[in-house]
Amino acid sequence: MSDTEFDVKKYIRAQFFPQMWCPGCGHGTVMGALLRAIHDLGLDNNDVSVISGIGCSSRISGYLDFNTAHTMHGRALPTATGVKLANPNLKVIVPFGDGDSTAIGGNHFIHACRRNIDITAIVMNNRIYGMTGGQYSPMSGCGVKASTAPYGVPDRSFDLMELAKGAGATFVARTTVYHAKEAQNTIKKAIEHKGFSVVEILSMCPTQFGRKNKAGEAPQMMEWYKDNTVPMGSKKLADNPDLIQRGVFVDEVAPEYCETYQENVIDKVMKKG
Amino acid sequence: MAKGKSIEHIIDKSWCKGCGICVHFCPKQVLELNSDEKAVAARPEDCIGCKLCELRCPDLAIQIIVKEGE
Amino acid sequence: MTQNIQFIPGSDACIEGALYAGCDFFAGYPITPSSEVAEGLAAALPKRGGKFIQMEDEIASMACIIGAALAGKKVMTATSGPGFSLKQEGIGYACMTETPCVIANIQRGGPSTGNPTHVAQGDTMQARWGSHGDHSIIAMTASNLQDVFKITVEAFNLAEQYRTPVILMFDEATQHLREKVVIPEPGEIEVIDRIRTKIPVGEQYYPYLTDANGQRPMSDFGAGHRFHVTGLHHNIMGFPDVSPANVDALIHHLVDKIENKANELARYKEYYMDDADYVIVAYGTTTRSAIQAAEDYRNQLGIKVGVLELQTVWPFAGDIVREKCANAKAVIVAEMNMGQIVNEVKRVVAQPEKVFFSNRVDNQIIKPSDIKAALRMITGKGV
Ligand SMILES: Cc1ncc(C[n+]2csc(CCOP(=O)(O)OP(=O)(O)O)c2C)c(N)n1
Ligand code: SF4
Ligand code: SF4
Ligand code: SF4
Ligand SMILES: [Mg+2]
Repeated sequence: MSDTEFDVKKYIRAQFFPQMWCPGCGHGTVMGALLRAIHDLGLDNNDVSVISGIGCSSRISGYLDFNTAHTMHGRALPTATGVKLANPNLKVIVPFGDGDSTAIGGNHFIHACRRNIDITAIVMNNRIYGMTGGQYSPMSGCGVKASTAPYGVPDRSFDLMELAKGAGATFVARTTVYHAKEAQNTIKKAIEHKGFSVVEILSMCPTQFGRKNKAGEAPQMMEWYKDNTVPMGSKKLADNPDLIQRGVFVDEVAPEYCETYQENVIDKVMKKG
Repeated sequence: MAKGKSIEHIIDKSWCKGCGICVHFCPKQVLELNSDEKAVAARPEDCIGCKLCELRCPDLAIQIIVKEGE
Repeated sequence: MTQNIQFIPGSDACIEGALYAGCDFFAGYPITPSSEVAEGLAAALPKRGGKFIQMEDEIASMACIIGAALAGKKVMTATSGPGFSLKQEGIGYACMTETPCVIANIQRGGPSTGNPTHVAQGDTMQARWGSHGDHSIIAMTASNLQDVFKITVEAFNLAEQYRTPVILMFDEATQHLREKVVIPEPGEIEVIDRIRTKIPVGEQYYPYLTDANGQRPMSDFGAGHRFHVTGLHHNIMGFPDVSPANVDALIHHLVDKIENKANELARYKEYYMDDADYVIVAYGTTTRSAIQAAEDYRNQLGIKVGVLELQTVWPFAGDIVREKCANAKAVIVAEMNMGQIVNEVKRVVAQPEKVFFSNRVDNQIIKPSDIKAALRMITGKGV
């Protein structure tokens, strides 16, 4: 754990700031929470690897002074799986968008959960494809307006917590950018957790989601997360079951993939000779 | 300002994009956007050092430095 | 010391080659007829501390080996047909990020599911152009199992040396054939590792800076240099840079580093070429029948037929093909496809009208009689 003051410049490639995201883009708040969590854990920059996919959210890797890769749309988790299995000493973190993680990368997502490989997936969920101009994602939700859903999205959306839980992730949590301190602490717990951890952070895209859905500017969109989310199991749910729950939904101990491969495969066959 | 504390607001104007998040959520209305749409500490003496502005700023543009006991 | 002689199938020759070359990471997804390579490495790698992982699909396998290569491993995947199609985006990413990796494509009949258990060479152009955008690639093959071993070692060497994906274009026939293979002693065939930077940790390291020796030394994730990798157009620091001058330099580099070395990269074999009046250009399994056809023509008719076997398929060894075919009265290109390398041969020889084509696309191995039918047509004499 770190007892020094947090200095953001220690963790970023400051030459690329101000970053490319639009004013009020929630992805920047997620980045801040991630860096504070890394600082709280006292991790050395050399020991952290951040692997992202493609999307506005996934541009995060370029800004961070770690071992970083901006990979292919949807393919961050399998790439990260290669990095982690090749060098289990690295703390591997995968921040990516809702589209990247649950649409094109959905299959990789469930299999990473199932393997319980020690990677922290941070889903920066703005409920839209920000980068490509506001098309709907598997997380947009029925009725939401998007450039490819001018009359409202007909699809139902994933509950990422249920998906991750069902697929076998051993740490599953949700928070929002409004709850920035909670996000920081949740990411911290997720990184500390041994096994596959999923943190969904409800983020906002004022440019695409906000405009199309008349959700207001960035502060109003943040406000919405304050008003429409509650801590897990809150009494308020009885009156309004549509409230989105925040909290740690799963936190359990299970064999981790890299350790299992080492102990049950490598060590065993090497002993046999 | 709370007794025995000195609080400094360091705002990087070249990083701030004027989104207004810090202004909107400051519990003490310390911050404002100036005519260039950049955040400024208009009433620093009211600041309680809660750092909510720093935590939420998407552009990592605000730093609150709280010095105790001065 | 007794020689290590094995009587093994082609998949094992490929596995032995990979192990000899120091492969220590494999990710794959089962598909006939490539699965034996995965199965063999699943057993062999952990015995040496290496790692094997079965991923959820070919896209994931390709991404996974790229990740492992970034963390410093010598990596491989193996696939076939539809799986090779799925890997194309990842192959392009590896080209763009200059990440060493070996992709074995054990060819089967296509398109689509085609014929999983029979032979074809329909992916020759896909190996070259399967991924979008301008790039270059190394692709190699072999016609006997001793060469499958050797070419597999070379594929790893070239991937590491040139910082590029290398594709092994074997096929169903070489994979399932059994032959004697002599496994060389360590050191007998040179094994090349990527050049790693000598820049001390803490000093600025540029992942894509060409040094005085024309090399771009690498570092590994976790080694302390903290670099960035992206599939976007990037500069020598690895960061996105779309300025026209930078993009121009990048694309030229990616293509030139391979195309300008086509002669050095060319691995080929000549059979009866010294006095050949007729040249059969062949690669992979096809070469075996080409050699038989040449021998029959020489022995039975006294017609001087030679065979030029291309082991490096890409970059196309244009200079060598032109030179070796210069004195030929006719050139026959034999392939198990509708015509892929034949057009490359026509492109480089002095008289393209003297290039003839012998093919089969019915999932059967091209036979000596198929090639001899073409020779009969050209020479007017048959055996
Ligand atoms: C294979 C492939 N298909 C499509 C795209 C185009 N594309 C780029 S980003 C993106 C969606 C990004 O959405 P999300 O992951 O939610 O990230 P956001 O931009 O919202 O942060 C798409 C469809 C691509 N780059 N690659
Ligand atoms: S388009 Fe949306 S997600 Fe992309 S940077 Fe702008 S606000 Fe953020
Ligand atoms: S939150 Fe940050 S970027 Fe937005 S106005 Fe405040 S200081 Fe500027
Ligand atoms: S620290 Fe708290 S009180 Fe002070 S300016 Fe920031 S939000 Fe306002
Ligand atoms: Mg999104």
